[in-house]
Amino acid sequence: MIMESMRKKESPSSVVSTQFPDEVLERVFALLTSHKDRSSVSLVCKDWYNAERWSRTHVFIGNCYSVSPEILARRFPNIRSVTLKGKPRFSDFNLVPQNWGADIHAWLVAFADKYPFLEELRLKRMTVSDESLEYVAANFQNFKVLSLLSCDGFSTDGLAAIATHCKNLTELDIQENGVEDKSGSWLSCFPESFTSLEVLNFANMSAEVNFDALERLVSRCKSLKALKVNKSISLEQLQRLLVCAPQLVELGTGSFSQDLTTRHYAELENAFNNCKNIQTLSGLWEATALYLPVLYPASANLTFLNLSYAALQSGDLAKLLVHCPSLWRLWVLDTVEDKGLEAVGSYCPLLEELRVFPADPFDEEIIHGVTEEGFVAVSFGCRRLHYVLYFCRQMTNAAVATIVQNCPDFTHFRLCIMNPGQPDYVTNDPMDEAFGAVVKTCTKLRRLSVSGLLTDLTFEYIGTYAKNLETLSVAFAGSSDWGMQCVLGGCPKLRKLEIRDCPFGNKALLSGLEKYESMRSLWMSACNVTMNGCRLLAREMPRLNVEVMKEDGSDDSQADKVYVYRSVAGPRRDAPPSVLTL
Amino acid sequence: MSASGSVSTVSRDDNLVSSSEDSSCPDDSDLQLGLGLSLGGGGAGNSAFKLQQQASFGAQYATSLTAKNFPSSSSFSSSSSSLGKPSHASCAKRSADSVANAYSQVVGWPPIRAYRMNNITNQAKSVATDEYNSMIEKNKRKNGVVENTTNGSNKNYGTGKTKTSLFVKVNMDGIPIGRKVDLSTHSCYETLAQTLEDMFLRPTINVTGIRSGIQEHDTRVEATRSLKLLDGMSDFVLTYEDKEGDWMLVGDVPWGMFLTSVKRLRIMRTSEATGLGPRIQESSGRQRNKPI
Repeated sequence: MIMESMRKKESPSSVVSTQFPDEVLERVFALLTSHKDRSSVSLVCKDWYNAERWSRTHVFIGNCYSVSPEILARRFPNIRSVTLKGKPRFSDFNLVPQNWGADIHAWLVAFADKYPFLEELRLKRMTVSDESLEYVAANFQNFKVLSLLSCDGFSTDGLAAIATHCKNLTELDIQENGVEDKSGSWLSCFPESFTSLEVLNFANMSAEVNFDALERLVSRCKSLKALKVNKSISLEQLQRLLVCAPQLVELGTGSFSQDLTTRHYAELENAFNNCKNIQTLSGLWEATALYLPVLYPASANLTFLNLSYAALQSGDLAKLLVHCPSLWRLWVLDTVEDKGLEAVGSYCPLLEELRVFPADPFDEEIIHGVTEEGFVAVSFGCRRLHYVLYFCRQMTNAAVATIVQNCPDFTHFRLCIMNPGQPDYVTNDPMDEAFGAVVKTCTKLRRLSVSGLLTDLTFEYIGTYAKNLETLSVAFAGSSDWGMQCVLGGCPKLRKLEIRDCPFGNKALLSGLEKYESMRSLWMSACNVTMNGCRLLAREMPRLNVEVMKEDGSDDSQADKVYVYRSVAGPRRDAPPSVLTL
Repeated sequence: MSASGSVSTVSRDDNLVSSSEDSSCPDDSDLQLGLGLSLGGGGAGNSAFKLQQQASFGAQYATSLTAKNFPSSSSFSSSSSSLGKPSHASCAKRSADSVANAYSQVVGWPPIRAYRMNNITNQAKSVATDEYNSMIEKNKRKNGVVENTTNGSNKNYGTGKTKTSLFVKVNMDGIPIGRKVDLSTHSCYETLAQTLEDMFLRPTINVTGIRSGIQEHDTRVEATRSLKLLDGMSDFVLTYEDKEGDWMLVGDVPWGMFLTSVKRLRIMRTSEATGLGPRIQESSGRQRNKPI
């Protein structure tokens, strides 16, 4: 909207800068928060480019190797907040060698020089050492936000350094990392004078923390709005924390199972009753039917309920959901089964996001969990559904067709039929028509994960219809190169393509030559790509980094794992010996 | 150029990144990577995958299993019985198991983050139940009824707690869907036999359909008929495969010795259990229960 109004005022011959001094441009641009908008704005003309770069305070870098700290600092002098993503997503599933890279330290050194007033660091899949954390604590006086998701390389010692020295810290968010959890004493390092914390999330850490220190911390941080504790915190302790912080908006409980006396139970109920602002609830480890009812009074305003660590049965879930009419995000384990999902369909009409995780992903002999019926039931009841992550052991084409007919607004459709290459269990057909239905019906689709038995037809459909698709994940699918060629030739907005265990080879790889520069990255592992194919790609496209990870004992000519990404920083110099840069 | 000395991404130890949560994961010496394949012709006609006819995977210990390593099965739920026809002698013993286990040993599949794996598998051990059935459930849990627990071969992700469990698979003749039982929760043959009876005789198990519909809340705990697996008098006997691959009758050796040698269990029709040992010919209903 801002851009439109400005365009109207431009005439072909007048110079923008005489009408809008830089300061005005910068003021206006300061209101732009989306980095996509900012990228667009910076392309308009040189003056706009400059105004934008001076006014930008937050930068998002989707691939830490696509740009270097030096280049970043040269372009954006006033950055206060950095979001960086490192390793390819499949590193979450152990497909990337250790010491692959994505180390934050070089960035920190550059930041200490160019952005000494850096306030926020949000990292995903980066390697972060204790030294790096200590470096942050020592070099950024204004440091406020540290968020680490799926990172590795650090221990609780590093967190202790942050807690000790970052006097202005407002957010400490440590999620699902490979942390070396030596002890919980890091929490006690927050000085008694420290009161600025607004967000504290240590839910995924295991070591017990000093409860008194935690209680005192929570009491004195009056602005605390998000608190997610770990399993070591008991129900009784939770009650005491809630009494200190009834203003919480996001709560992650500890272990939700304990033998409480009647009095303590009543106190717990009361504590929840006083928490009228809770919108997000998570944790709930070992939650049992006995204690879930204490949540009911606090659930009226719940918008996000994360039960993915609570192995609930359908009945318990149903009873809880009755009290959560405002829910729009729900994560559950498949222990709730189809019946539980029927309850979701019945009680959560506003639901927009559903994630169903498998409680026992490897136990494929005992058939339980959720099936296509549960998904269908949700789709009938929750017409606003647009984000789904669904792990199941059986699915049919017909069910998926029904689902997307009910919910045509899917933006994220991630279906994982856990047995690789499994067909429609009723008809024995491939699941091509299911995903065909998804891409034909859901025109807003941005992210798709496919599974089951799939031929090239699925990819023909995707290439033809998925015009807004940005991320595609493929595993154990396809019949030939043609499948991948269809996708590369068809999806104009494709940014990330990750493929494993598919019969795609060099022909497919090379058909995307021109495409890869418009994408963030391509991952191909256990496909039919050879070293020669990769070398050819690297030679033809110098602005792409083509990296191959080889495995012990594999044929010299096979490119076991290929990671291709665009970069203005050139080939990286920190690759370990197992990663070959071509 | 050559990648010798490269770090294998697949060896189980590497998969433990630097997480202390994973550090209790035991060494995976039993990993069954020897996929017997061939499984000629299994699955839907338009299967996209080539079946690798290689028999021995010993050399490929460090290689990730790929789509080429196993077939797309159209009737997965019929588990090992239809897929267990080895074509290569060296894999004969392992083929049935291996294919059924196939996807649990594929690196990074299903795509779930390691942290979540560690935590949900622990959670599933203490599944929440209705108050009404909680007592029944508690009794069953004492007997080690396992429905949602990992088996010992999930070394990729391990378990966060250091608990030694001894899961073995159990199949019963005539029932396509196998189960698993944690032997470490039993101390004698009697409780094991009772547990197995409960597992396989609960009337809600749909043996023909894919969905077993096992009802957690089923209040009927009495079996419709008793198997009397250990006394040699009924239609079925309980047998086990030992470490040498031989099938033996359960109950002949002391419990502790049994635990060290058992690999898996099979509830076999008495008519088929010939040649397993002299006991089968004995007529009197001698109880085989031998507590430690």
